[in-house]
Amino acid sequence: MWSELTKAIAKFDIPADWIGIRAVKETASNRYVRDGIPQANGKSTTEGAMIEVLVNGCLGYAATNSLEFASLEATAQIAYKQALAASKWWIYPFQETERPKVVGEYNSPYLEPLDALSPGEINDLLVRMCRTLKVHEKIVQTTASISTSERESWFVSSNGSEVYQKFISLGSNYGAIAQDGAIVQQRTNNGWQAHCYQGGWELLRQENLWQRVQQVGEQAIELLTAAECPNIRTNLVLAPDQMMLQIHESIGHPLEIDRILGDERNYAGGSFVTTDDFGQLVYGSPLMNITFDPTVPGEYASYAFDDTGAVATREYVIKEGVLQRGLGSLESQARAGIPGVACARACSWNRPAIDRMANLNLEPGNATFDEIISGIEHGVYMESNRSWSIDDRRYKFQFGCEYAKLIENGQLIKTLRNPNYRATTPEFWHSLIKVGDTHSWQMYGTPYCGKGEPNQAIWVGHGSPVCVFADIEVFGGGS
Amino acid sequence: MKEELTALEFSFNQVLETLLIKKLEGEEFTLKLSSERSQFTRFNHAKVRQTGCVADGCIQLTLMADQRSSSRQFTFTGNWEKDSQKAYKALQELREELPVLPIDPYLVLPSGNNTSREVHYSNLLAPETVVSSILDEVTELDFTGIYAGGVVIKGYGDSSGQKHWFATDTFTLDYSLFSSSGQAVKGTFAGSHWDLANYTAKISEAKKQLQLLSRPAKEVPRGQYKTYFAPAAVADLLQMLSWSAVGEADIQQGNSALAALSRKEKQLSAKFSLQENFQLGLVPRFNELGEMAAPELPIIENGILVNSLVNSRTAKEYQKTANGANSSETLRTPEIRPGNLRLEQILSNLDTGLYLSNLHYLNWSDRPTGRITGMTRYACFWVENGEIIAPIENLRFDDSLYRFWGDNLVDFTNFQEFIPEVGTYDSRQLGGSLVPGMLVNDFTYTL
Repeated sequence: MWSELTKAIAKFDIPADWIGIRAVKETASNRYVRDGIPQANGKSTTEGAMIEVLVNGCLGYAATNSLEFASLEATAQIAYKQALAASKWWIYPFQETERPKVVGEYNSPYLEPLDALSPGEINDLLVRMCRTLKVHEKIVQTTASISTSERESWFVSSNGSEVYQKFISLGSNYGAIAQDGAIVQQRTNNGWQAHCYQGGWELLRQENLWQRVQQVGEQAIELLTAAECPNIRTNLVLAPDQMMLQIHESIGHPLEIDRILGDERNYAGGSFVTTDDFGQLVYGSPLMNITFDPTVPGEYASYAFDDTGAVATREYVIKEGVLQRGLGSLESQARAGIPGVACARACSWNRPAIDRMANLNLEPGNATFDEIISGIEHGVYMESNRSWSIDDRRYKFQFGCEYAKLIENGQLIKTLRNPNYRATTPEFWHSLIKVGDTHSWQMYGTPYCGKGEPNQAIWVGHGSPVCVFADIEVFGGGS
Repeated sequence: MKEELTALEFSFNQVLETLLIKKLEGEEFTLKLSSERSQFTRFNHAKVRQTGCVADGCIQLTLMADQRSSSRQFTFTGNWEKDSQKAYKALQELREELPVLPIDPYLVLPSGNNTSREVHYSNLLAPETVVSSILDEVTELDFTGIYAGGVVIKGYGDSSGQKHWFATDTFTLDYSLFSSSGQAVKGTFAGSHWDLANYTAKISEAKKQLQLLSRPAKEVPRGQYKTYFAPAAVADLLQMLSWSAVGEADIQQGNSALAALSRKEKQLSAKFSLQENFQLGLVPRFNELGEMAAPELPIIENGILVNSLVNSRTAKEYQKTANGANSSETLRTPEIRPGNLRLEQILSNLDTGLYLSNLHYLNWSDRPTGRITGMTRYACFWVENGEIIAPIENLRFDDSLYRFWGDNLVDFTNFQEFIPEVGTYDSRQLGGSLVPGMLVNDFTYTL
């Protein structure tokens, strides 16, 4: 593919300052069973190329799902005309330095390849999951799904870039809904679609898999008779599977430099953070250390290069509570004049790259889980996201979880249902009073981070230990 | 464009023909096409941030045999020979896979003889004139947003002989105008013919609203306030009904916010009536099995749930009657019927409270009780004694649809607005919602 794409660029008759082609080929499968009955068995293949052309500081793009030379050439011409038509109105004069020459390769780590299980074996697994989840007659729905993806991308450019990256990923999800009259409760495995990783079938073959499946069913039943989460201000302990969402929404998105520059204001929104805040803003408590890290093996959004060829490295975004750098690509760094990371990414060949958070992790502290709980006189411990909403400046949020426990006198004493909490982002992160150690650090991922115009849903990874936040408004459900 | 459309239709027909020839006895299949040729130009600060064109298309082939099914999706390029080869390869793969899959007792095979063909041509801006046509009118403003325009195609064919073709050439301009204090006015301009005079008029109207937003923002404490929701805000609340509410499968499986309404434990205001209205003609009437929905389908009439959305699979599982719903049983062309509140009465009837133009980032906070949380956004005002006093700082709300479409609903407006769908995940979405504004007592704001 490299040589075909490189030859294509050489043959284009376009008076451009720079041309790049990013070709993507992805085969993905999705298998979904409800109540033991197959609902979806499908595989999809997409392939195509995104061509970018730089003319007088103005980038134009065009994308095609035909990789024949004639199609690539016609597409490059369209991209050139787009750049030319916009050149009088361009927001910033980009240069070739925002598309540096880079050569390299990345391959996801995996042990068992995605074809190690046949479609029949996968369905057998999913059916067994549904049966194991059905621990009681009051379980009214059981679901299980597995999705896989093998994605290859080739990036070549007129200044000599040649990058090949191959991503192997697997996502699994299972859960149950329990109902007793008007009371309905849902429990899933760490929240909907939270188990998404780079790797093969070894990700699913964990020793405690069937124990965990049964536990999810049992907890759905347990929630039917659980007490309603009280409406109080108290210590809030969040499990890593909820911290994933907390980090994503209230750190990841507000620190995207393209948002701060206003690109997203018409859709996803802006940010309460300004360009002047970098290097200055005390974002949260001194216990807060956030890294942008696309180098973690197996985390869902790991890679060696972003989609414009920037080399991916681990960077502190927030160190000891102080904002260090933004989640901004080389383009955004040039526009804003602040440090960023290698995060220009596109969901596929048919969308242009924009600033994305990739893997964004909260670094572990030094408290064990037992130490954390035993040190709390009164509080609520919450697991697994079920509801998320935050304003366009990423300031006022409200999140809900599937499962909670009341903490009294240093002990988890009883299960609570419909747990929710709300706060503003700065208030919340400043109230971080304890961070769990490496034993409680877990990583999750999601394929559904939405952003951009045109819209793009992309994959992100988040790792975190258990964390404690003081004096947070917590409340329950009901009308 | 006409020539390109003809070529794409020919290619799709060839793929269908190939599969009909290769199909074995006992096999049934459906073939679903989604394709587009779109220009996307993104603006920020009345400048161009990104601009480009995307030629995309994919076909999904679903094979059914021996009570089993599976699907393959592959790229549709318009090169009929290559597309047909890919289709045949997919068919062979599916044949190999089906025998190892579990039996599906609720599998529905395609049947019937529905056919349709709708092609809507247009007069869109030429690609090289899009930027200047839009930005010339807003040079002095903080204008941000996206223009998306071009042809969108939805096709369908199956082994029982059903066939549908829907092609439409449209544009949407989804934009925001910001004041220096960060307040904003939202607008959409959509259609199949670019009309400069209409566009200029919309921008002029938005400029007037922008002036209102220049006043210092008022911080409103949490509490319950009488609230007017403009049609765009109503459309946001309405969209929630497509997410685990009006689908029959959700109701049956303990997953619906309207379960209490379905069980008749609760009811909504007699002023609330919702229907699917395909007479608007903006989306295809056919679904994933080639079935045609009725031109109109009442869902909630005077506060009572009279129909859920039922697709053929759900109907088979729960012994219901199918009504042409799509596979996800979501609203495709919804309409909330108007009420009696006249435009000039809105502020006086609101008296003191909040005027909300738009909402943002809605989610169920407690789905079984119909509770929704979300944020106010864009041109939202504090009103006193029937007069707009000041824009507000954004507020979080958390309230139940059984309250705001129930006892607390004062009235809907006697006019409706069409709120176009501007989403572009995977591909450009079609259609939109036809909705009135509404006035509600004691809406709950929490942060």
